[in-house]
Amino acid sequence: MEAALDAPVVTHEPKATSRQTVVLSVPTIVCGNCIRSVENTLRTLRGVEAARANLTTKRVSVVVDPELSSTVDLTTALERAGYPSALLADDAETEQKARVSELVPRVGVAGFAAANIMLLSVSVWSGQASDMDSSVRELFHWLSALIALPAVGYAGQPFFRSAIAALKSRRLNMDVPISLGVLLATGMSLFQTMRNSDQIYFDAAVTLLFFLLIGRALDERMRTKARGAAENLLGLRAKNATLLESDQTTKVISAAKLKPGMIIAVAAGERVAGDGEIISGQSEIDESLISGETRPRAVSAGDSVYAGTVNCGGALRVRITAAEENTLLSEIGRMMLAAEQSRGRYVRLADRASRLYAPAVHVLGLTTFVVWMLIGAPWEQALTYAIAVLIITCPCALALAVPAVQVAAMSRLFSKGVIVKAPDGLERLAEIDCVVFDKTGTLTTGELRLGTSGSIDTVALARAGSIAGASRHPYAQALVKAAREQGIRAPTVDDVQEVAGSGLITTSAGVEEKVGSAAWVGAGDGQASIWYGAAGKPPVGFDFVDEPRKDASACVSELQRSGYMVSVLSGDRRDAVEQTAVACGIEGWAAEVRPDQKLQTIEALKAQGYKTLMVGDGLNDAPALATGHASLSPASAIDIAQNAADAVFQGELLQPVIETLAIAKAARSLALQNFAIAIVYNSVFVPLAMLGYVTPLIAALAMSGSSIMVTANALRLRSMKLHLPMIGTSQ
Amino acid sequence: MTALAWLIPAALTLGMMGLAGFLWALRSGQFDDLEGAGWRAISDDNDVADAPPHRGPAGDA
Repeated sequence: MEAALDAPVVTHEPKATSRQTVVLSVPTIVCGNCIRSVENTLRTLRGVEAARANLTTKRVSVVVDPELSSTVDLTTALERAGYPSALLADDAETEQKARVSELVPRVGVAGFAAANIMLLSVSVWSGQASDMDSSVRELFHWLSALIALPAVGYAGQPFFRSAIAALKSRRLNMDVPISLGVLLATGMSLFQTMRNSDQIYFDAAVTLLFFLLIGRALDERMRTKARGAAENLLGLRAKNATLLESDQTTKVISAAKLKPGMIIAVAAGERVAGDGEIISGQSEIDESLISGETRPRAVSAGDSVYAGTVNCGGALRVRITAAEENTLLSEIGRMMLAAEQSRGRYVRLADRASRLYAPAVHVLGLTTFVVWMLIGAPWEQALTYAIAVLIITCPCALALAVPAVQVAAMSRLFSKGVIVKAPDGLERLAEIDCVVFDKTGTLTTGELRLGTSGSIDTVALARAGSIAGASRHPYAQALVKAAREQGIRAPTVDDVQEVAGSGLITTSAGVEEKVGSAAWVGAGDGQASIWYGAAGKPPVGFDFVDEPRKDASACVSELQRSGYMVSVLSGDRRDAVEQTAVACGIEGWAAEVRPDQKLQTIEALKAQGYKTLMVGDGLNDAPALATGHASLSPASAIDIAQNAADAVFQGELLQPVIETLAIAKAARSLALQNFAIAIVYNSVFVPLAMLGYVTPLIAALAMSGSSIMVTANALRLRSMKLHLPMIGTSQ
Repeated sequence: MTALAWLIPAALTLGMMGLAGFLWALRSGQFDDLEGAGWRAISDDNDVADAPPHRGPAGDA
C-alpha cells in the first residue's frame, strides 16, 4: 500500500530551466520489474527529472529538460534496455483524461446523494405505516431536497448537455426523455415538498442518474482503454525521418514535420517517411502495404516512392513531394473522406429505439394529464399522475440496455486481442452477411516462407542463410528465418557486399559465393525467387511464398458454412491471388485491383443489398475499409488502414475475425433482449402509473429492479459460449 | 427525537467525508494505474518506492 500512497502528484514550481512532460508508449511493460527498469533507465539520463511508468495504459510519462535530453535520446535509451517505445502525440493524452475525469466524479456525487436520500426515503416509507410524526417526515423531505438539487444539477449535466444539443438540431435522442424525466421528477418533488404532500420522487431521480452514469462511465472507460491500445499500436510505427540539411549534416525529425522540398535519407530496411521522388541511389522497394504486391519493385533516381513502403536494398535520398494534390496519399484521403460521410448516416440502435420511444412517452404523459382533468380531478393530482408516468417510463432499462451489453462485449473482445475503436462498430459488425478479404498481410501472413514443394538442399540453405544475414532485403531475411526453422545454425558471414537490385556476394577461402536473383547468380531464367550459387557448382533455387495464415482456410469455411459470402480483392498479381484463394477455398476473387476499384466493388455489393465486412491492411484497402458496412484490420496494418477500420485484431491467426462477428451478433441479440425486458417492465408499470396507483416506493423499486435485471442480462455475455450463427437467424 | 438532531448531521458529515476522500483520490491519480500499484508494493527497490525528489506530475500518466 505504501507504494500506492506514494503516487500523489507533487507539483513542482516551474524552474528557470525549461521542462516538458512527454508521454511515451511502451507496449512491452508487463510486470513490476519492467516498471522498475524502465523508470531507472530513464532516470539515469541527463535532464530527466521524473519518470513514472503506468502498467495499465502501458505508457511512461517523463518530465525532462528538452535541452539536455531529446525525445530521441529517451526512446533510444529504452530501446537499448529492451523496451521499444514511441512518442505519443500530446493532444491524445489530455483529451482522454478530460473525458473520463468528467464522468467519474459525477458517479461519486450521484452515488453519495442516492445512498443518503434512499436512507431518508426508506425511513419515510416505513414510518408512514407506523408512527412517524408529520413534522419529521417534512424534515426528511426537505433534507432530501437539499441533497438532491445540487446533486442533480451537477451529476445530470452530461445528459442535459447532450439533450440540448439534440433538440437544437431538431432530433430526439435517449437523453431527451432522461433529462425531462429527471428534471420533472426533481421539480415536481420540490413543489410537493413545499405543499407537504407525500408524492416525493427525489430518490427515483437521483438513483436513475446514478445507474445511468455508471453505465456511461464504464462505456467511456472501455473505449478509452481501446483507444489507448490502438494509439500505442500506431505510435510504434509513427516513424522519424532522417533529414539531410543543405550542409550535408543529418538530423532526425518526426515524419509529421516533413515538408515538400526537404531531402531525406532512407537507409536499407527503413520505412519511407513521406511520398517523394528518388534523387540518388538504387534499391528495391517493398510496396506490399500500398499495393498488395508481394514482389519488391526495383527503383532508381527519378522514380517515386510512397510513405509506408520499405526500402529493402541500398541507401536512398528522397526529395519529399507530398502535400501536392495529386499524390497517391491525397487521392486515397479524398476517397476515404467521401466514404466516411456515407457511413456517418448510420443510426445507432439506442437512438433508433428512442425515436419511437420518446414521442410515445410524452404522448402517454400528456394523455394521463388530460384524461384526469376531464374526469374532474384537481390539476395538482392530474399533474402528479402525469409525472409519475414520465418517471416510470424514464428509460433507465432502455438507456442501460445497449451500453451495458457493449461494455461486456468490448471487454471480452479486448481480452482476445481485438480492439473495437468505433463507438457504433459492434452494431454494424452484427449486421454483416458478406466478408471481403484483402490478400497480402490479411489472408496471408505477409511474411515470406520457404515453399514446401520439393526437397530442400540444406547445405546450400545453411550457406545462403549465413550470407543473407548481412542484408535487410525481405528475401534475405526470409532465407535466414527459413534456415532457423529447418534447425540449421547459420552464423552470419562478415565481409558480404550488397549490390542493390541484384544480390549479395562474398568470398571465403578463395571461393566466390553469390545469393540473389537468377540473373545475378547465373541461373539463366530460373523460376525460383532467390538463388544461391558457389563458383564451380550448379546454382540452387529457393522458392518463397507468402503463405495463408495457419487457420485461414478453416476460418473461411466456417464463414461459408454460416452463410456468409466470402471473396478476395487484391492488388497483387493474378497467379499469386488465385493460388491463395484456392488454398483458402474462396471462389470469388479478383486480382490487380486498384484502390478505387476496391471501393467500387464494395459499393456494388452494397447496391445488391449486401452488408459487407472489409478486412484489409494496406493503403490500397483504406477507401474500401472506410466504405464497407464494417471493417477490420490486423495490427500489422499501415496506420491509415487502422484508422479507417472499426476494429483492429492482433496475432497471427484469422480466428479473431470470426470471434468478432460472433460476439457482435451475441451482443446485438442481448441488446434486443434487454429492450424486450424494458418493454415488459413498461407495459406492467405504465398502466399502473396512468391509473394513479404508483407511489414513490413502487417507482423506486421498479426502477432499480429493471436496471439490475438489464445489467445482469448484459453480463451474461462475459461467460456465454459463442458460435457463429447462421445468417438470417438470431442466435 | 432529539437524537435526530445530531444523528442526521453526523451521518451526512461522514458521507461527505467519504465523497471528499473519493474525489481527492480520483484527482490525485490514485486510480490511474491499479495494476502497477500492486507491483510497486512488492518491489524491493527503494529507488522506486521512496525517491521523493524524483516525483513529479509524471504520476498522472
